[in-house]
Amino acid sequence: MATTLTVNGTTHSVDLPDDMPLLWVLRDALDLTGTKYGCGVAACGACTVQIDGAAVRSCQVALADVWGEVTTIEGLGRPDALHAVQAAWVAHQVAQCGYCQSGQIMQAASLLAETPAPTDADIDAALSGNLCRCGTYPRIRAAVQTAAATLRGA
Amino acid sequence: MANWGKIARRGFLIGTAAVAGGVAFGVYQYRRDLPNPLDPGEGEVALNPWVIIDQQGVTLIAARAEMGQGVYTTLPALLAEELDVAWDDVRVIHGPAAQAYYNAGLMSHALPSTDYDRSAIQDMMVEAMSILPKMIGLQVTGGSTSTLDAYDRLRRAGATAREVLKQAAATRLGLPLGSLETRDGRVIAPGGISIAYADLAEEAARIDPPRRVDLRPASQWKYLGRSMPRLDMVEKVTGRAHFGIDTRLPGLRFATVRMCPRLGGAMLSFDASAALALPGVERVIDLGTGIAVVATNTWIAMQAAEAVIIDWGPAPYPETSEALMAAIRAALDDAPDSMLRDQGDVDAMDITPSDRVIEAEYTVPWLAHATMEPMNATAHHQGDRLEIWAGTQAPGFAEAAAAQAVGLEPEAVTCHVTYLGGGFGRRGESDFIVLAARVADAMPGTPVQVTWSREEDMRHDFYRPAACARMRGVIRNGFAHALEGRVAAPSVTRQSMARLTGQAPPGPDKGHVEGMFNQPYAIPNYRVTGHLADLAVPVGFWRSVGNSFNGFFMESFVDEMARAGGRDPLGFRLDLAEREHAPSAGVLRAVAQMSGWNAPRPQGTGMGVAMTHSFHTPVAVVIEVQDQGGAIALTRAWIACDVGRALDPSIIEAQMVGGLVYGLSAAMMEEIRFADGAVVEGNFPDYDALRQHQMPRVEVRILETSGHIGGVGEPATPPAAPALANAIFDLTGERIRDLPLNRRVRFTG
Repeated sequence: MATTLTVNGTTHSVDLPDDMPLLWVLRDALDLTGTKYGCGVAACGACTVQIDGAAVRSCQVALADVWGEVTTIEGLGRPDALHAVQAAWVAHQVAQCGYCQSGQIMQAASLLAETPAPTDADIDAALSGNLCRCGTYPRIRAAVQTAAATLRGA
Repeated sequence: MANWGKIARRGFLIGTAAVAGGVAFGVYQYRRDLPNPLDPGEGEVALNPWVIIDQQGVTLIAARAEMGQGVYTTLPALLAEELDVAWDDVRVIHGPAAQAYYNAGLMSHALPSTDYDRSAIQDMMVEAMSILPKMIGLQVTGGSTSTLDAYDRLRRAGATAREVLKQAAATRLGLPLGSLETRDGRVIAPGGISIAYADLAEEAARIDPPRRVDLRPASQWKYLGRSMPRLDMVEKVTGRAHFGIDTRLPGLRFATVRMCPRLGGAMLSFDASAALALPGVERVIDLGTGIAVVATNTWIAMQAAEAVIIDWGPAPYPETSEALMAAIRAALDDAPDSMLRDQGDVDAMDITPSDRVIEAEYTVPWLAHATMEPMNATAHHQGDRLEIWAGTQAPGFAEAAAAQAVGLEPEAVTCHVTYLGGGFGRRGESDFIVLAARVADAMPGTPVQVTWSREEDMRHDFYRPAACARMRGVIRNGFAHALEGRVAAPSVTRQSMARLTGQAPPGPDKGHVEGMFNQPYAIPNYRVTGHLADLAVPVGFWRSVGNSFNGFFMESFVDEMARAGGRDPLGFRLDLAEREHAPSAGVLRAVAQMSGWNAPRPQGTGMGVAMTHSFHTPVAVVIEVQDQGGAIALTRAWIACDVGRALDPSIIEAQMVGGLVYGLSAAMMEEIRFADGAVVEGNFPDYDALRQHQMPRVEVRILETSGHIGGVGEPATPPAAPALANAIFDLTGERIRDLPLNRRVRFTG
């Protein structure tokens, strides 16, 4: 049975099992490969997307349970129109291998939508579920603060 | 100084790749230029193996795997510096697998000697050995060698390309060569005339490049020595970077594998009927020692693979972690494989009553690489040829292995190298590519992506071996008088080289004792022996290789010696380093100053120091820990490195921090255990790593005194574990001699 979902402003109709995690719908059916598979058990955060602005682990959301509009890294901003968080990531030269960064950025953007002036402790708490094996954590912390300042118009 | 003559006599059979092929080449073969592997398309011109010019501009070939370490930025900067291309106009691609892209830098690790006291003869021998990577086309990204290998070669490639472009312009304009300059992708002539490289490329390609070009002095550099915007950054923050797992092709099928969990064991039987009944499952393929499931979606393939009922054979090694460690420990009493350092006389020295003699045994566990991107590859078998898309550190070997697996000639296989979602040595292996090739071979005409589950990835690694060391030290009047180290572990070098070249190299295994025998410490009696444990558990290169365990053994024990001698641990090391290697002493002084080492420490804090010289770079680390209600927090860290010449400070800083984090993660919490012949840990809840909230504040200082380019990807990893263990000792008084540390202490978070 076809399921309808809206991703990055575009509505798709997909004929996939109800219990298929959103992650695999995005990656293998819609070719939105910016969202990454890392663990499949909500332990690494690489698959983080937003549903109605809230960060969720797409490996844990069944297709039938998608409750709102999905935003992925491809929809957050484009190379010629970066979101403030992406621009801060560029300014601080955060990414190394880059594999976890889609998830880090989606999580950070969601944090800043709720908490415009986060403390470092807020950042640590919000991003503790996003693993980075390259160890980009200090630059992530700095970039989130820069993005927060940009978004506040400071 | 280490005794070069003694070392040479003792261990001159080169330990690693140099003899792997067992071949000698004539001077002519060595000197001749290798064929340019680039096959330019319509309207493109390849001036040499690294520079393609078309009407859109200049594309530079990196020919090394970008796995986060910044080669897609620093290598193009070396080319662009001499070629004179505007940074915004630089495009970079990996390029094909080819002999021309051999990595001669790997040979810089091949001499069985310390490398901090480099002599002219050593440099000459390394130079001579670069013949081997050239002849066998050793295109490998590893050993922290990309930059030192490329430093002259790519600047020269950029300069010769520039010179033929200038020559083409001189001919066309009828002007003397000396009147022309180059800037931002154009040749500039007097009188406001300028011609774009793209307009000159076809003529330039017909001109023989000069045999000799002078490289620009550092004082004239525009890009090198500066922190350049990474060329991969925008793609990576917008989800557009193409990793292996992101390969999408028309008609692509999605597959996964389930291989024998007892590594190297057999599959006795399997029943795929339940799996085949699941909607979306197309095939279950018998791979001999496991199965592949092909489906319309990766998740369906993974669900179905779990539904296959399989009877596995036994493991070809002792079946528990305890039994494996017993075998490794027993190897300490076997005849040594190597004795690459034997200064003074550890056996016959007189011990006086005022000497302090200490002994200790250390162990470390098996470790997985756990790259964020699980192993995967995409393959398309088209009858007489095979195309592969994969993140690999060794594309030439991958092509050869895939060709052999499906019965094609190596020339019929093409590997497209994508971005790597982490490498750390794991992606130097070709197993995941071979499996994809075999699945594609079973379904000719259909492209198939084979993605491993995280559990399959963690349980089918080439592990950093478990290791054991027995250390003995004599402290006389507060100084290190003798140090004897015995190290036992399975041999990564022998296993990896046998997989790569078909035979294990003869001679002592240097990689097995690196980080212990070759440290820049003036200890008058200093002996290190390596003992190899013959175990069939797959082992492989893991960021910093032997240094990863020897750094912990050595720098923990040196700390013990300092304490036993009543000395400050940093001052004790400085005494040893100052007499042996000035740059190593320099990084110790730097971290002392940065960390305020000599200032009084608040109650409830501890500080630890460690220094390791590896990959031609000495790195010193100080870590500060704090007792937070009975749990230990890592509050601050300081790193100083001496890289000789800092080509991109931002990237070097990132590699230092990243190398530290990789080492700290392992030290604090990582352990691969075996039970019933299989790996116990399967996913991040069992095998976690340092996370944002546990991350200390870090400060990095980059020194440039060593006189040669040092590696940056690996050398910050070895000092991480001992610096932390030494800090915990400073805080708690407990000396922890086995990793991971969280067996003994609780960390915050």
